[in-house]
Amino acid sequence: MLSRLQFAAATMFHFLFVPLTLGLSVLLAILESCYVRTGDEDYKTLTKFFGKLFLINFAIGVVTGITLEFQFGTNWSRYSQYVGDIFGSLLAVEATVAFFLESTFIAVWYLGWNRLSKRAHAAVIWVVALASNMSAFWILVANSWMQNPVGFVMRNGRAEMADFLAVVTQPYAIVTFLHTVAAAFVLSGFFVMGVSAYHILKTAHRPLFKKSFVTAASFTLVFVIFLVAQGHEHGGHVYKYQPAKLAAMESHWVTEKNAPQYFILIPDPKNERNKVEALPIPGFLSFLAAHDFNAEVKGLKDFPPEDRPPVMPVFVAFRAMAFLGFLFLGVCALAWWKRANIEKYPLLLRGIIALIPLPYLACLLGWTVTEVGRQPWLVYGLMRTADGVSPVPAANVLVSLIAFIAVYTLLGVLNFYLIIKFAKQGPDALSGAPAKEAA
Amino acid sequence: MLETIWFILWGVLWAVYFLLDGFDLGIGSMLPFFGKNQDDRGEMIRAMGPHWDGNEVWLITAGGVTFAAFPGAYAVMFSALYSPLLIILFGLIFRGVAMEFRHQIHSPGWRGMWDAFLFLGSVIPAVLFGVAFANIFQGIAIDGAGVYRGTLLSLLNPYGLLGGALFLLLFLHHGALWLAAKARGELQSRAGRTAAALWIPLTLAAVAFLVYTWFATKLYDNYLGAPVLWLIPAAAVAALFAARIFTAGKAWWKAWFASGLTIVACTLFGVAGLFPNLLPSSLDPAFSMTAFNSASSPLTLKIMLGVALTMVPIVIVYQAWSYHLFKDHLHDGKNAGY
Repeated sequence: MLSRLQFAAATMFHFLFVPLTLGLSVLLAILESCYVRTGDEDYKTLTKFFGKLFLINFAIGVVTGITLEFQFGTNWSRYSQYVGDIFGSLLAVEATVAFFLESTFIAVWYLGWNRLSKRAHAAVIWVVALASNMSAFWILVANSWMQNPVGFVMRNGRAEMADFLAVVTQPYAIVTFLHTVAAAFVLSGFFVMGVSAYHILKTAHRPLFKKSFVTAASFTLVFVIFLVAQGHEHGGHVYKYQPAKLAAMESHWVTEKNAPQYFILIPDPKNERNKVEALPIPGFLSFLAAHDFNAEVKGLKDFPPEDRPPVMPVFVAFRAMAFLGFLFLGVCALAWWKRANIEKYPLLLRGIIALIPLPYLACLLGWTVTEVGRQPWLVYGLMRTADGVSPVPAANVLVSLIAFIAVYTLLGVLNFYLIIKFAKQGPDALSGAPAKEAA
Repeated sequence: MLETIWFILWGVLWAVYFLLDGFDLGIGSMLPFFGKNQDDRGEMIRAMGPHWDGNEVWLITAGGVTFAAFPGAYAVMFSALYSPLLIILFGLIFRGVAMEFRHQIHSPGWRGMWDAFLFLGSVIPAVLFGVAFANIFQGIAIDGAGVYRGTLLSLLNPYGLLGGALFLLLFLHHGALWLAAKARGELQSRAGRTAAALWIPLTLAAVAFLVYTWFATKLYDNYLGAPVLWLIPAAAVAALFAARIFTAGKAWWKAWFASGLTIVACTLFGVAGLFPNLLPSSLDPAFSMTAFNSASSPLTLKIMLGVALTMVPIVIVYQAWSYHLFKDHLHDGKNAGY
């Protein structure tokens, strides 16, 4: 239990920083490419300004990622032994293929402004963006294997690789990757829009930040449309591969064909039913899950109680996430539509600033749906979470758990403090630091 | 055969990690003593600024490869060494964050705090890596189920502590030479003198470790069986002396490479002695995790070998390019980033 908490804390914390890295690296690459193509110095200023925020965030993403890799061994040794043949190799591939690239080139990028040609320097940030997202791909392939194990045989008391390509190209991994990356892009887009909105309102650098606002709004709109459409597709895969998770997401108790979707629903897990079910659309749940109004949707009662995920958190997290997705779509479409004279809509700008934390929340909710919805399995259908932990004394785990929470809270607070501080200062913050202090 | 290749690669990855991050950890460990003022400390940190992050990935790769190629050993090793490993991780977290955060706010208190973290986050991992590896060399109390039967304190035995001291000295020496190669003026000459002064305790510790290893471990069994392996410790000794000679001649880069070779040869000395064990059990040799009883399936090992043989040379090329790009000294004003 303690190991579970510790891992959850470590992953969620990691996942608080990584999405911004994934998306902002791409946005930086776009901004810097605009600079190279047009020669407009404003884009260079913007690249450097958002680059500074990017770097603060990047450092924490890296150090928390290392911790995760080692936690499999320290806290989940039985799991590691059981699946290392597949899971371990995916992590190792991630490090050699992607992480090296990202870590080496990010330093080249931020210290190399005067050492490389304009074009080469812009190419470097594209490499960073590509490498970050490749990194996410391998990690999500590994995660998807836990959700839907494929391409393996049980031999020597463990899961052994039978078909590497099947593991890497399984549809579940691809949709998870697309969903996560699109969410990260939307989060980063809203981050850039929000920071730009702040400075548009402050007027001092209005023309400058209108440029980043427009870039970010277009970028976000593309990916938020994709995200919502593809989220639906993702649900279809859950229906196919993890029926218990889908049932928990929808608090769906009884197996039925032509299953309705309720707008208002209050689950009552104790009595294996819903307290309130109102405003149904007949057959719509079946349609959403399987593109067929008559499809059968399995209910939770069809699973023995020990095989059901906790309903309440999964249900709430899923509804809230879906709601936020539509909210982002609406706000972003509005912002994009009014982008040409956005300074005339201060209320909208304020709203966008206030919205910055919500994509973070949505990401964590999505994580909750995926990982809590997987319970009680560590590897879906193969290994229970309780069987995966290390034979380490509980006291050691408790001490390290407390230490983790303390350190992570401290770092999280500092990180957001610095980001907010520099985000508010605007591009003037860049000249504040003498070049000599680059480290 | 595959297992043997992976065992060698495993050892090489750790050696490369220590070779590269060794100088970062060394510079961090001497930060409060060597950096007399703000300028010195800033310069020390700039000397590793472009590289520490990329260097740390070798650790992640070494960890990842242990997981991928020898999941059994990975699981037992990391859970048995639970406390020291987590302490190392906390150290590295603080080191990384300190490196990025210290220059964000211009106040002496803020900088002082991060400098303290940078120091602790360097010195503690440096020592604990030595302690952990020395304990692996002499065997760890793991039982047949892979459960560790000792405590954190039982790892801090004399041989383990000597290993910690040796690693720290190796890294300090390595870091001082890196600074001597990178810095100019007073800082450079002081770094050179420090490296020369560190060489004496380093050599004493190395000799003591080689001798103690005879009594505390079974590493030499492999050497008696295959005398060609003696070339490894011989290379370590030769490189150590070469480092001293180059230091005296102020050939800083050569001295740094010699010191790096010493680190690589020291690591490989232990790894070659361990074979085929990755984690010998001190309770009963039958409980040891070896390259053969803890390896992944042949298919996974083959796929991973393909990935490693393609990607690692590419990594080496672009990391070498990055070192080349930042090879100039610290004062050319080109490091204008943030």
